[in-house]
Amino acid sequence: MTADADVNAARPPGPDGLVMGKDGLAALVDVLIRRGFTVVGPTARDGAIVLAELTSADELPYGWGVELEAGRYRLRERSDGAAFAHAAGPQSWKSFLHPSRVREWSADRVEGELVLTADRGTPPRYAFLGVRPCDLRAIAVQDRVLTGGAYRDPGYEGRRSGALLIVVECTEPGATCFCASMGTGPAAGPGHDLVMTEVADARGHRFWVRSGSREGAEILAELPTRPADAETRETARAGVTAAADRMGRSMPEADLRELMAGTLDAPRWDDVAGRCLTCGNCTMVCPTCFCTTTEDVTDLTGDHAERWRLWDSCFDLDFSNLHGGPVRASARSRYRQWMTHKLGTWYDQFGSSGCVGCGRCIVWCPVGIDITEEAAALHDWTRPERPDPEPS
Amino acid sequence: MTLQPVPATDPRPTLAVWKFASCDGCQLTLLDCEDELLGLTERVRIDHFLEMTPAEGADGGRARLEGRGPYDLSLVEGSITTAEDAERIRHVRRVSRYLVTIGACATAGGIQALRNFADVDDFLAAVYARPEYISTLATSTPISAHVPVDFELRGCPIDRGQLLEVVTAHLAGRKPRIPGHSVCFECKRRGTTCVTVAHGTPCLGPVTHAGCGALCPAYGRGCYGCFGPSDKPDLRSMVAQLRRDGMSERDIQRVFRTFNAASPEYAPVPELAAEERRDPPAEGS
Ligand code: SF4
Ligand code: SF4
Ligand code: SF4
Ligand code: SF4
Repeated sequence: MTADADVNAARPPGPDGLVMGKDGLAALVDVLIRRGFTVVGPTARDGAIVLAELTSADELPYGWGVELEAGRYRLRERSDGAAFAHAAGPQSWKSFLHPSRVREWSADRVEGELVLTADRGTPPRYAFLGVRPCDLRAIAVQDRVLTGGAYRDPGYEGRRSGALLIVVECTEPGATCFCASMGTGPAAGPGHDLVMTEVADARGHRFWVRSGSREGAEILAELPTRPADAETRETARAGVTAAADRMGRSMPEADLRELMAGTLDAPRWDDVAGRCLTCGNCTMVCPTCFCTTTEDVTDLTGDHAERWRLWDSCFDLDFSNLHGGPVRASARSRYRQWMTHKLGTWYDQFGSSGCVGCGRCIVWCPVGIDITEEAAALHDWTRPERPDPEPS
Repeated sequence: MTLQPVPATDPRPTLAVWKFASCDGCQLTLLDCEDELLGLTERVRIDHFLEMTPAEGADGGRARLEGRGPYDLSLVEGSITTAEDAERIRHVRRVSRYLVTIGACATAGGIQALRNFADVDDFLAAVYARPEYISTLATSTPISAHVPVDFELRGCPIDRGQLLEVVTAHLAGRKPRIPGHSVCFECKRRGTTCVTVAHGTPCLGPVTHAGCGALCPAYGRGCYGCFGPSDKPDLRSMVAQLRRDGMSERDIQRVFRTFNAASPEYAPVPELAAEERRDPPAEGS
């Protein structure tokens, strides 16, 4: 612990926060590991910035940015060496909090008796480094779904309750981002332990850091920091403000819940159904989509069985399979289910939007179907005075 | 491993493995179940399986092509390409309680179904020095074109885990857990970065039946559809996307003309690929 840190520890975390350099980031990862956390953060791999367990801050994607479009993702080198100048990647934190495959229990026949064993191992204590503001909101949305109602998911609760959230505000939004119009970013909302804003300019590579929890403040106190200077604070704030105006996408200015409820018969659904592959990628990458299916596995002896839970998707025909066949057999009905749930019925079910504007479903749709474009088309359809189509 | 004569009181269900026009890769998958193989033989009596039956005598011709049965579970590999095989599959059906086709050949006709789109006599003349020695049908057809099939397992070759699942489910009297959705599901569950979106690599995953665990994208290459079509695939949108990923009309036609070439779902592909040529999709419309 440095002398500086002692001073910081004595001071309650204020809005002015602290500033640290790249060495602070390195120290942060080390401190987290020393405190027993499994640190997960962004790293460049396989042509994308993925989330993976980090053993050192050296693995962060320094100098990598991304170029995003519908159905297209490319890494781009940056000259400023920034670590967090990238928008949402192929995974989200749900891969860790609500994993794609979980064994729930196993059963064995032991001397004629059935013995059930629940899978309740101690989950790792995760520290998520580099949570984007939209994803911070997405975690809150999943909290509500998986732990906020009558039926709570103890597995999720276990993983989530120990997780430390270190948010990095957005200064480099992608062309597919629209958090500003969903009210989830680019500045961090509540619920984090630490929040940082990255500045990489002629005056140096630095991070303006504020704590949002007691544990966050304790960790911050162990890092090599200095009191935040006004210049860094202003540059950081300006970067975030500017990001809000540089979003590549936005939702139409309408009550989206009403828009969804009022357009169930719009011809646009046929149009999108003609493009949609029903491949399910959009649901899998969406940080709020939570649906799962169960699979029971038996072994050849018939004496051992396991129940697994896997991510499922409303694009799977089996998802709505009742006696007599799937209820949502057409691509139209499946795409409509997905979009109206995200933007409309989620409010009825969970009291918020199911979309946080991260843009993942746009980027990772192999055919580039764009939820904002679909919403805009539905919105146009509802307007009494339809604008003359632009001459093309 | 030698098949021992078994007492008539053996309570185990009987298993038979049959081969038609195929490469043997799928039935070898059963022998590849190394760790589970002994457990399997405790649960089923393998009564007919030429691949693990020693040929009797130096001429190697004594292993019986037909078994008398009855068999509780028959695994059928290969497609029907000769008049004899068309007869033999009827026999197999008659002696089998539950018949499962294994692999692309048995389920869709296999790569040899390319003859369905050409003149088989031309192939014979091109390949064999003495074509008159060859007696074959003009088409290669899946088992289901000849007899009722109880379950079809896809893949070229099939996946070991899926094979065990089908056998285990049959023994337990439950439905096998073989989802019909796209390979993309498995790709995302596995955490693989999409090769189409991130690298621009054409990939048939969105219209291909899951089962392999998204093997090819995990190694950075596009899926080429060895598991055949998924449930209700959208070929029109897929073909348009392959075009955007840089494939020519000919490439598109050919990528669907492999192990599952004769799948009825793929029938519109040549026309769709040609349509793309006539009117390329307007950007952004
Ligand atoms: S619907 Fe799309 S943009 Fe909205 S949260 Fe899900 S993935 Fe992100
Ligand atoms: S919208 Fe795109 S990602 Fe979603 S199911 Fe349709 S094609 Fe797949
Ligand atoms: S790599 Fe292929 S299988 Fe995987 S998500 Fe992309 S399109 Fe689907
Ligand atoms: S990814 Fe496609 S081609 Fe590769 S093994 Fe799987 S189904 Fe076959």
